[in-house]
Amino acid sequence: MAEGSRDQGGVVGTTDPEEDSPNMIVYRKIEDIVTRIQDEKAGGVAIRTVKSFLSKIPSVVSGADIVQWLMKNLSIEDPAEAIHLGSLVAAHGYIFPISDHVLTLKDDGTLYRFQSPYFWPSNCWEPENTDYAIYLCKRTMQNKARLELADYEAENLARLQRAFARKWEFIFMQAEAQVKIDRKKDKAERKILDSQERAFWDVHRPVPGCVNTTEMDIRKCRRERNPHRVKKSVYGVPDDGQSQPSPIHISSQPTRKPTKEDVQKEITFLNIQLDRHCMKVSKVADSLMTYTEQFMEYDPFVSATEPSNPWISDDSTFWDLEASREPSQQRVKKWGFSLEEALKDPAGRDQFLKFLESEFSSENLRFWLAVQDLKRRPLQEVASRAQEIWQEFLAEGAPSSINLDSHSYERTSQNLKDPGRYSYEDAQEHIFKLMKSDSYARFLRSNIYQDLLLARKKQPADTEQGRRTSLEKFTRSVGKSLTGKRLTGLMQSS
Amino acid sequence: MCDQTFVAATFGPCESCGNASPLMNIYIKTDPINYCSFCVEMMACEGLQRGETLATLKTESQSLKKRLDEERNKLNDVELHQVAEKVEVLGALSIKTKRVLKGHGNKVLCMDWCKDKRRLVSSSQDGKVIVWDAFTLNKEHGVTLPCTWVMACAYAPSGCAVACGGLDNKCSVFPLSLDKNENLSAKKKSVAMHTNYLSGCTFTNSDMQILTSSGDGTCALWDVESGQLLQSFHGHTADVLSLDLAPSETGNTFVSGGCDKKANVWDMRSGQNIQSFENHESDINCVKYYPSGDAFASASDDATCRFYDLRADREVAVYQKDSVIFGASSVDFSMSGRLLFAGYNDYTINVWDVLKGSRVSILYGHENRISRVRVSPDGTALCSASWDNTLRIWA
Repeated sequence: MAEGSRDQGGVVGTTDPEEDSPNMIVYRKIEDIVTRIQDEKAGGVAIRTVKSFLSKIPSVVSGADIVQWLMKNLSIEDPAEAIHLGSLVAAHGYIFPISDHVLTLKDDGTLYRFQSPYFWPSNCWEPENTDYAIYLCKRTMQNKARLELADYEAENLARLQRAFARKWEFIFMQAEAQVKIDRKKDKAERKILDSQERAFWDVHRPVPGCVNTTEMDIRKCRRERNPHRVKKSVYGVPDDGQSQPSPIHISSQPTRKPTKEDVQKEITFLNIQLDRHCMKVSKVADSLMTYTEQFMEYDPFVSATEPSNPWISDDSTFWDLEASREPSQQRVKKWGFSLEEALKDPAGRDQFLKFLESEFSSENLRFWLAVQDLKRRPLQEVASRAQEIWQEFLAEGAPSSINLDSHSYERTSQNLKDPGRYSYEDAQEHIFKLMKSDSYARFLRSNIYQDLLLARKKQPADTEQGRRTSLEKFTRSVGKSLTGKRLTGLMQSS
Repeated sequence: MCDQTFVAATFGPCESCGNASPLMNIYIKTDPINYCSFCVEMMACEGLQRGETLATLKTESQSLKKRLDEERNKLNDVELHQVAEKVEVLGALSIKTKRVLKGHGNKVLCMDWCKDKRRLVSSSQDGKVIVWDAFTLNKEHGVTLPCTWVMACAYAPSGCAVACGGLDNKCSVFPLSLDKNENLSAKKKSVAMHTNYLSGCTFTNSDMQILTSSGDGTCALWDVESGQLLQSFHGHTADVLSLDLAPSETGNTFVSGGCDKKANVWDMRSGQNIQSFENHESDINCVKYYPSGDAFASASDDATCRFYDLRADREVAVYQKDSVIFGASSVDFSMSGRLLFAGYNDYTINVWDVLKGSRVSILYGHENRISRVRVSPDGTALCSASWDNTLRIWA
């Protein structure tokens, strides 16, 4: 847990119910890390005083040491990863370079110091501009080279002087008071505190161009410990009432205790879950592995794409081929994995339809497609479309009569009394199973499919298929015009 | 019978019937109950009949949960990564940034690919929604919404419209015009209305329906043309942050994840919650189906991503590392489901081997949090959106 003084400004203790807010979770993890790094007895880094020219630099550690520690204690193999993590720890204000405003970690002799727990982000600081003005003002009062303002700080100070013109006297007084207090402190202690204070402001008023790590995801704001970010001053300056709370998102649903109904619903749900038949992990694991292995050759991140990945080669041939009328063998092979895969691909759908038409048994697929289309219609059109489907496929003497078992037929005609998007769910499922077990298997054995799969050229003079050929030509031309229409629908011309 | 006069300590809505009236403050076992006198009588009678009170129901619920855990654990005969030991190790991946899309003036919060595999739509904190041809880096359309924090955007399957929303609590649909000079805002159509921010939206398999998730704790299915609510989904006890439709052609289910740390699977037809998973230790920021539809993954603020199988009804893998301490904001699978791309608040994308559970790569490049990662429809590229105001295409 966090150690160190936390008494200034009235910080709440550690048994806080808001501990699980997302930012807090990260802060606690980082705090655990920096606490461990500083614990020399438990394998931490050596924090030393370094001699430099005429002075001593107290309480520092080298960047390289921090990187080494991170790699060893967090099982990191690549130093780049340790540097990246260390830089984030710095960016959030937990460690800082003693001679730079930019908070990153370097894997070399650059010297770093640890931030005082008083200034830790987990205290939910949102310091006001008055505090910042006091700070910058204070810096100008002290004649130390190391406290000279950087360019962006000088600009900020000028802007604040204009904004706070009327209360500048007050700010000046506060700055003077701070300087007086600081002078009483021990020299080494002052060096450390000054640097920590500067690092604090580097987090809350970052160098232009640097990430402001105090920015929040607005969706998570309202659960922060201090949602209205009541402005407690870093320097103990009383709030003059002019500050505005930061914008947060108020919950519209007050949390309520679970009622009897809620628990009853839960019980019903749990009973349903208990009745559910589930599979063993070994079985599902095999199924997941089989699926993944089957599709790995189609996964551009894992297998090379033919001809080439357009994003890598800047050549869009791959996409042009996909859109063309001649599906590749690899693509055709996918249709053989399952009926689902075949229907997912518009070209697969067309070929399957073509095959069924050649057998004069296309009504099942056309019914399935019509029900899919029904589900995609705007609400207004659903009822009439549902009726049309009934007339076409299921009514007495329907032109494309499909074969439904009596149970599904009854259910469906009941549903049609109040026609909706899901009126044909039962029937569609039944027909799908029928196609899967019957015509799909025949499709995969058919010449239409095999020709594409093996990239065979058609033999129109083949007498064995004489009669089928002219019908094939007819259905092919119908198929082509359908395919053409569907493809242009998909492609957005730019 | 019961005397109607009693000393009422409080006045307010009865916890049973909701009517405002003098309340009796009584205790059942140790549970405080504030009912109006009528409901107290009713409860007493019902209690005598069925012996059910809130306390006994809670006990029943707890024992059922325990039984369910025991039953499910019986099926946990092996770990996924153990079975996957026989799968060949992946070769080293060489994924690099291929495009950087610059143009947003503020954090990019969301993006979605077009079915044509090269266009995408993105939305940002400053209210701007941009449609890009990512291949040429061309900006093709731009809309400015009157609200800030546009947290959700989606491309219509036809490629002819986009949907977006955020702090305005709405989801609006904009038809994309081929005329560059036409003001897209003019044709805007408000479809969804929630009582809190819109966190996610997606078209179902057509341009005609939209599924939304919201900070008000619900998901909803809407008819685009009429704006009518077709189905609402209640069950989450806190903000819903993400949703994903099952990839099946005939599927009617979707999964959602939220701040109550739960991932719920829903039946779109009935509005029922079919399955529920509570394994994460913090908010679930993103949920995404595995390509076969039999499983899904989640990303959470607890710095882990998890993998759940629907047939086994349990979590089957956790993707985590000691060095990964920042929350995961977004996940997506590669086409075969072998790789899981996860974007984090530490500005990186970790690539996980789904079956073996190990991390195979880290993608550096963004300079602030990743808000969204999405694999393109044909799997040839990954797009990441970030708080550094840019989007990157990786391949």
